[in-house]
Amino acid sequence: MVYLDFEKPVVELEQKLEEFRKQAIARSLDLTNSIQTVQREIENRLEEIYSNLTPYQTVQVARHVMRPKVQDHVRFMTPDYIMLHGDRYFADDHAMWASVGSLDGRTVFIIGHNRGSNVKENIRGNFGMASPEGYRKAMRVMELADKFHAPVITLLDTPGAYPGIGAEERGQAEAIASNIRDMFGIKVPIVTVVIGEGGSGGALGIGVGDRVLMMKYAMYSVISPEGCASILFRDGTRFRETAQMLKLTAPDLKRLGLIDEVIDEPVGGAHRSPVEAMTFVKEAVKRNISELLEVKGPITDYRYNKYKNLPPKMD
Amino acid sequence: MPEDNVQKCKGCNRPLDMPAFEANMRICPKCGSHEQVPVRERIKMTVDEGSFKELWGHLVSKDLIGFADSKPYADRITETIDKTGENDAIVTGDALIHGTKVAIGFMNFGFIGGSMGVVVGEKIMRLAEHALKEKVPMIIFAQSGGARMQESVFSLMQLARMSGAIYRFQEHGGLYISVICNPCTGGASASFAFQGDLIISEPGALIGFAGPRVIEQTIKQKLPPGFQTAEFLQEKGFLDKVVDRKNMRWMLGKVLSLYRGIPMEVI
Repeated sequence: MVYLDFEKPVVELEQKLEEFRKQAIARSLDLTNSIQTVQREIENRLEEIYSNLTPYQTVQVARHVMRPKVQDHVRFMTPDYIMLHGDRYFADDHAMWASVGSLDGRTVFIIGHNRGSNVKENIRGNFGMASPEGYRKAMRVMELADKFHAPVITLLDTPGAYPGIGAEERGQAEAIASNIRDMFGIKVPIVTVVIGEGGSGGALGIGVGDRVLMMKYAMYSVISPEGCASILFRDGTRFRETAQMLKLTAPDLKRLGLIDEVIDEPVGGAHRSPVEAMTFVKEAVKRNISELLEVKGPITDYRYNKYKNLPPKMD
Repeated sequence: MPEDNVQKCKGCNRPLDMPAFEANMRICPKCGSHEQVPVRERIKMTVDEGSFKELWGHLVSKDLIGFADSKPYADRITETIDKTGENDAIVTGDALIHGTKVAIGFMNFGFIGGSMGVVVGEKIMRLAEHALKEKVPMIIFAQSGGARMQESVFSLMQLARMSGAIYRFQEHGGLYISVICNPCTGGASASFAFQGDLIISEPGALIGFAGPRVIEQTIKQKLPPGFQTAEFLQEKGFLDKVVDRKNMRWMLGKVLSLYRGIPMEVI
């Protein structure tokens, strides 16, 4: 386990638990009671810590290296998936995942920011920071989904679109602008889930869903708290304040009416119990797809009206 | 006059003779640099005289999330309105250009860096819906540092709201001309500025997704001269044309005269 600074209180307890387990096996002792006591203690402490997370601590959990990533969700939701590559113009951007598979019998296309779970994957996927070809691949695959009459699931997990020379030369702004616009023409349901870090326009570039769901400890923001602090305060170390002000947590965004649903996470976050967390996501996605398939009239009208009617209402 | 009171050209750093400079549409007579134009002046130089009728000018931003940087966002809005006499970072309305009716929007860089929040999003969304209803072409002069951080995800969602309205307008045959002015980065670039059927720009304008400073920090090297300028983007295939300010009105009129309009059966 990789521990976050505020998880320190459970480190010792988990070491103790491990020690009891080892001894129980090594000396054939019955330590059930002690083990259960420590386990309960761990759960209590985690419950206590996680029900009082500050916004910046939520950001840390959202970015946790062991948090289930796009490829984990894809394998869990659609074990028979086929990966789809390339934008047909320039390259295959590893920062953008695209696949087709069946979700409990229903064909679905999944698109997501592929930030990876270890250093090798991180580098290959450019830490989930997509380039124009990634956004163009995403749009190509959404159009393919349209042809298959299959719903689209988009999974958001990116610090932002890649700010590099090549990305600018190949039209990063144009690629994202076209995606955000043309998603309004996709005639199949789109369910968007923010599974980790929802970083601004780079996230929204695949994020124009009919339903936007967020995992409980994910974040979604117009700018990273660090970037916001360095611009507004000219002091990048004041990110805890900006994280607080940006209202980037799932419960805050639900309360403000900007997202549709908060998907619960197990005690201690998705990185502690990934299967449980991914089950919650899968069930929420399935339910939302079913509901969207029941929508009367064109789904594109439903989508437009959803965004048009987002708060605040203006006279 | 003390040295620092003399306004200098940002292009060549030479002092500007203000009356001559203003009479020259704020183009430096010495180096040709297209300096920024206050929004009302821009309207005047773009549309037929006296034809501009402002719409939704009353919309004002609110502090939706209790944001405060060096000052509370609510105060920043009030002060900026008092200082600039404008209610937000875009002015929208109906106008004529060479006698053709258009729905038109002008971003106002003087209002919190032309940053795009709920009001800008709402006005552009309404402008596109209005243009579709009236079956007239739409023109937006983009000039923006990006999304307005002080409105957080509210401002991010404007990218989707504006884009949805523009999608519907264009799907029905509406012509949208995007005119990109200096500078245009971030959320404005990643939405309406690059969604034009025609995209034109003023010479030398800085245009990009990420700002040059962010890119330099990421790649840890200096950017080559001319990177992210209008001319660079035209060369890379992302702009139809770089047009001098003095020719802009003529150019828009010419394009409008070649366009046959939205088919009547729509709506």
